[in-house]
Amino acid sequence: MATDSEMIDVVQVDRPGAIGMPMLHKAIFIGLLLLGLVAPFMLYPIFLMKVMCFALFACAFNLLLGFGGLLSFGHAAYFGSASYISAYTAKAWGFTPELAILCGTGAAAILGLAIGSLAIRRQGIYFAMVTLAFAQMVFFFSLQAPFTGGEDGIQSVPRGYLLGLISMAPDRNLYYFVLGVVFVGLLVIYRIIHSPFGQVLKGIRDNEARMVSLGYRTSRYKLAVFVLSAALAGLAGATKAIVFQLASLTDVYWTMSGEVVLMTLLGGMGTVFGPILGAAVIVTMQNYLATFGDWVTIGQGIIFVVAVMLFREGIVGVIARIIRRPL
Amino acid sequence: MAPAIAIGSAFDNGHSVSMSGDTILEASGLTKEFKGFVAVSNVDLKVRRGSIHALIGPNGAGKTTCFNLLTKFLQPTRGSIHYNGQDITAMQPADIARLGLVRSFQISAVFPKMTALENVRIALQRRRGDSFDFWRSERALTEFDDEALALLADVGLTEFSATLAGELPYGRKRALEIATTLALNPEMLLLDEPMAGMTQQDIDRISALIRRIAANRTIFMVEHNLSVVASLSDRITVLARGEVLAEGDYATVSKDPRVVEAYIGAGHA
Ligand SMILES: Nc1ncnc2c1ncn2[C@@H]1O[C@H](COP(=O)(O)OP(=O)(O)O)[C@@H](O)[C@H]1O
Ligand SMILES: [Mg+2]
Repeated sequence: MATDSEMIDVVQVDRPGAIGMPMLHKAIFIGLLLLGLVAPFMLYPIFLMKVMCFALFACAFNLLLGFGGLLSFGHAAYFGSASYISAYTAKAWGFTPELAILCGTGAAAILGLAIGSLAIRRQGIYFAMVTLAFAQMVFFFSLQAPFTGGEDGIQSVPRGYLLGLISMAPDRNLYYFVLGVVFVGLLVIYRIIHSPFGQVLKGIRDNEARMVSLGYRTSRYKLAVFVLSAALAGLAGATKAIVFQLASLTDVYWTMSGEVVLMTLLGGMGTVFGPILGAAVIVTMQNYLATFGDWVTIGQGIIFVVAVMLFREGIVGVIARIIRRPL
Repeated sequence: MAPAIAIGSAFDNGHSVSMSGDTILEASGLTKEFKGFVAVSNVDLKVRRGSIHALIGPNGAGKTTCFNLLTKFLQPTRGSIHYNGQDITAMQPADIARLGLVRSFQISAVFPKMTALENVRIALQRRRGDSFDFWRSERALTEFDDEALALLADVGLTEFSATLAGELPYGRKRALEIATTLALNPEMLLLDEPMAGMTQQDIDRISALIRRIAANRTIFMVEHNLSVVASLSDRITVLARGEVLAEGDYATVSKDPRVVEAYIGAGHA
C-alpha cells in the first residue's frame, strides 16, 4: 500500500527558498504603477488619491493582522492623529507637505509605541478591546484638545510647496506626489513582509507558543510590528489630510477603525494585494452611493456579512487559491 | 575533583558536562494547582545527562502539565527546577529554550503556512540573535538553506522541502517538528508524545531518529506506545494523578503492581 505521503496532493510553493520578489508580484506592482500613472487622465484625481490613501491604510493594518496575527480595533487612532499633526504643522507652522507628513507619521509611531506596549500583553479579543479603548481615548482627546478644532476639525490646510519648490495646489501635481508616497509605502510593507523579521512574524502568527519554545521573545516582535503598522497607517492619514486639506474627528472615530477591518477582510487578509482591492471597492462604493445616505452603511454591512460568510479568504485570497500562487 | 558549585555562576550552554555532574534536569517538590485541582503534586524528578528518560502514565496523569512546568509555559504553584545546576524556576520560557532545553508539543506544532524548509529555517534563524531587520531582503536567510535541507534529509523530508507544512500528512508533520527542534542543536529535548497517531512505519523511522540524536543529547519524552518506551528508554518515571508512582528501568517498572493497577484502572493495556 502506498503511504499517505505519496497519495496526498501537495501544494508546491513556486520557490523553495527565497529568491527575491516572484515575477508575478513584480508584474502586479508594475501594473499598479502604470495604472496609477494614467488613471488621473480618466478619473477624478481627488477620488483616486482617496483610494490610494485608504489602500495604504488597509495594507498597514493588514501588516499587523494578516502577518502579525494581531487584530487591532483602534487603528483610526494612528490614522487620525497623524492626520491632525500633519494638518496642524502644515497650517499653523507652515511646514512643507513632505515635512508635515513626516511629522504625522512620526507622531503615529510614537502613539503606536505607547499603546502597543500596553496592548501586546493581552491576547486575542482582549488585545482588540485594549486597542479600541485607547483609540476611544484618542478620540475624546481630539474632541477636547485646543489645537484640533473640536467638531470643526482643522480646515483649509494649505497644500503648500513640495520641498518648498513645487506647488501642490494643482490636483495633478499633488496626485503624482501622493502616488509616489503610497507606492513607496506599499513597497516598504512588501519588504517588511519578506524580510527576516517578516519571517519571524509569520512564525508568530502561525504558532506563537512554538516560536517561544524555539527561543523567540515574541512580545518584542509583536511590539515592533505594531509600531511599524501604526507608523504606516499614520503615513496614510497624514497624506490624506494634505489631499483633503482637512483633519477631522471622522479620521479618529471608531467607524474608521471598522472600515479598515472591512477593507482588509473583503480584499483578503494576509495577502499582499488584497487590502488594496478592498480599499478600492469600499471607497468607490462610498463615493458613488453617497447620494443614498444611510444605504451606504447598510450596503457595507451586507458586504461584510457576505464576505465573512461566503469567502473568508477575501477576493484576492480566493483568486490566490484558484491560481495556487500567493498574492 | 571539581569544586563545589558557585551559586549563580554562568554555565556553559554547550554540550559539555557542567559542574552539576550527572543530573541535567532536576525538579523538586514540583506542584501545579488549577483552581484547587492538583494536576501535578509534589513531583521530584532527576534526569540523567545523556539518557533517554520516559515519562509515562494514564491520560490526565499530568505529563503534559509537567512538561509545561519544566519549560515554564506554566508557572509552578510550588517547587523548583534546576537545569545544569542553574535555578530556572523564575525564568521566561523563551530564555529556557536559549539555555538549550527545548520542548515539543503534544498537538502538532508546525508552522502550517510556511514550507517545510522555512519551518526548519526559522529555528536556524535564531542564530541571528534578536534581529529586527525588516528592511533587509529575506534573501539573507538563504545562507541557512543548505543546513535546513540537511536537517530535512535527516528526517526523510527532502522531497517535501517546498511543501507547505500544513499540507503534510501527520507523520511527516511530526518528523518536521523534530527537524525544527534539532535545528537549535539543543542539549536536551522534551518530546510530548512524538509518535502518537503514527503508522508503524513512521514509528520505526522516528524511533531510529531519536536513538541517533540521543547519542550526544538528553531526551525526556512522554510516550504511550509501551514497546517504544521499552526499547528506547534508559529510565522510566510513571505518573498517576499528578504523583510519581514508580521509577526505574522498564523491567522494574512494568512489574510494579501499582503501575499495572494504574494502567488497568485507566483502561490501558
Ligand atoms: N490549563 C488547565 N486548566 C485546568 N486544568 C488543566 C489545565 N491543563 C491541564 N489540566 C488538567 O490537569 C490534568 C492533567 O492534564 P495533562 O497534563 O494534560 O495530562 P496528560 O498529559 O498526562 O494526559 C487533567 O485532568 C487536565 O484536565
Ligand atoms: Mg498529555
